[in-house]
Amino acid sequence: MSHHIVETENLEFAYPDGTAALRGVSFRITHGESVALIGANGAGKSTLLLHLNGCLVPAKGSVRVGDFPVTRKTLPAIRRSVGMVFQDADDQLFMPTVYEDVAFGPLNLGLPPEEVDKRVMDVLARVGLAHLKDKPPYRLSEGQKRSAAIATVLSMSPDILVIDEPSSNLDPLSRRNLINLLKTFSHTKIIATHDLDMILDLCERTIILREGRVAADGKTLDLLRNDRLMEESHLERPYRLTAREKGGGRE
Amino acid sequence: MAKLESAFFDLSLLETLSHQETGVHRLDPRAKLLTTAVFLATVMSFGRYDLSAIMPFFLYPMVMMSAGNLPMGYLLKRIGVVLPFVGLIGIFNPLFDQTVMMTLGPLGISGGWISFLSILLRCVLTVWVAMILVATTGFHAMCSGLERMGVPNVFVVPLLLVHRYLFVLIDEASRMTRARSLRSFSRRGFGLTAWSSLSGHLLLRTMDRAHRIHLAMLSRGFSGEIRVARRYAIRLSDVAFVLVWSSLFIAMRFYNVSTLAGNALMKVLP
Repeated sequence: MSHHIVETENLEFAYPDGTAALRGVSFRITHGESVALIGANGAGKSTLLLHLNGCLVPAKGSVRVGDFPVTRKTLPAIRRSVGMVFQDADDQLFMPTVYEDVAFGPLNLGLPPEEVDKRVMDVLARVGLAHLKDKPPYRLSEGQKRSAAIATVLSMSPDILVIDEPSSNLDPLSRRNLINLLKTFSHTKIIATHDLDMILDLCERTIILREGRVAADGKTLDLLRNDRLMEESHLERPYRLTAREKGGGRE
Repeated sequence: MAKLESAFFDLSLLETLSHQETGVHRLDPRAKLLTTAVFLATVMSFGRYDLSAIMPFFLYPMVMMSAGNLPMGYLLKRIGVVLPFVGLIGIFNPLFDQTVMMTLGPLGISGGWISFLSILLRCVLTVWVAMILVATTGFHAMCSGLERMGVPNVFVVPLLLVHRYLFVLIDEASRMTRARSLRSFSRRGFGLTAWSSLSGHLLLRTMDRAHRIHLAMLSRGFSGEIRVARRYAIRLSDVAFVLVWSSLFIAMRFYNVSTLAGNALMKVLP
C-alpha cells in the first residue's frame, strides 16, 4: 500500500530568527517500517517531525506522504493519515476530560457519535485508561498522560504514527508499558528519541541527524555499534548492547 | 510560592467537591445555572434598605450545602476573601446617610448602616451561591451547560481552555518562584529585575505553549470549532428543581416572609 510511505527530498528549513534547523534532509520510509530518529539536542529532530504533517512548511525541498505532497491543499488528508504525538503531553491533552480529548480527532473527522464513542472506548481500553475516562488530564500521572496522548491520536486510526520523545520522564514500568503499547501499532512508526535502549526494542531502522543533515541511515544495530559515528553525533552505545556483546555476543 | 500553591489546592478542592454523587450533583447543569440566575436576579433586585426580606434567601444555600454535602468552613473562608472588597464599597454609607430608620430600644439605627448591611448580605448570598454552583456542577459541566443553553462557542471554549491551563500555568509559575527563592537566600521581596524577567519568561512560555497546543489541535483536524460528544437529557427532577426554587425566589421577592412570619408569631403569642 503506497499511502503509508513517508518521503522527504532535500528538506531545508530555517527558523525566523535565522537558525538553520534542517540543511538538506532526504529519506524514504516505506510501509510498516519502524524508524528511530536520533541525534544530539538541536540536531533538528523535532523540526523534522513538524514537517511530516505540515505544521511547518519547508523552505526548500519537499515532503511526500503516501501519494500526496504536503501542501496547504492536501493538509486535511495528510493530517488524517499522519498521527502526531507531541513531546509534552500537556500540550496534547487540551480538553477537559480524557474521553473528550480522545474524541476530539474523530469528531473533527465528522464521524457519527456512536462510531466516535466506540472508537474512543476501544482505544482507551487498548492503552489501559478506560477507568480514567472522565478524569481531567491534570489529575493523571505522567505515564498515564503519555498513554492518553497516544490514545488521542490512535482514535483517528492513522496510517503513520509520529512520536516525539515518548519515553522521557517516565518511570521504568511506565516506560516498559509504553514500549509494549507502541509495539502493538503495526503501521509505519517514526520515533524521535534519546532513549537508545528503547529503539533496540522498537525500531529495526535508525536515522541519525547531525546539525540538520542525515549523518547515517541504516539498521539500528549496525549504527549503534559504530562507536565513532555515535560519538561524533553526541550519542553513546547503549549499555545493553555492550553487556550482551561481552557476555557472548548473542544478538 | 506558598500562596500560589494554596490557590492551586483550592481550585482542585472545588473540582473534587464537584465529583461527588448526590442528588444535587446529578442535576442537569442547565437546571442549576438557570436557578442560580433567577436567585441572583431576585436578590440583586431588592431595594437598598431591604434587610429583613433578604433573610429568607439564605434557605437556598443552606439546603444546597447540606444536600450537596459541601464543607461549610471551606466555602465560608472563600467568601471571607471577597468581603473586604465589598465592605470598602459600602463603608461610607453610614457616614453619609445618617437618618434614623429603625430603633432598637434606645439605639437609633441609621439608613446608612442598614444599606451597608444589605450590601454585605447580598454579597455573601451571591458569592456563596456562585461557589455552590461550581462545587456541585464542576467548571467543565458548567461550561457545557452554558453551551447547551446557546451561549456562543467563542465565549465557552476560551473559558474551558483557561480552566484547563490554569493548573499548568500555576504549576510552572510556582516552580519558577521556587527556583528563585532557593537562590535568593531568604531575602524579602522580589526585586524588580527578578520579578520583571520572571513574569516576562512566564509570558513567553505561555505563548510558546499556546503555539504548541494550537499545532496539536491542527494535527487532529481542528478547524475552528470545538465539538463536544456529550449529551444531556433533561429529566423531570431538573424541571421540578428549577420551577420550585424559582417560584419560591419570586414569591420571596414580592412577599416579605420575615415580616409575615413575625406578624403570625405575634398573633399566636398572647
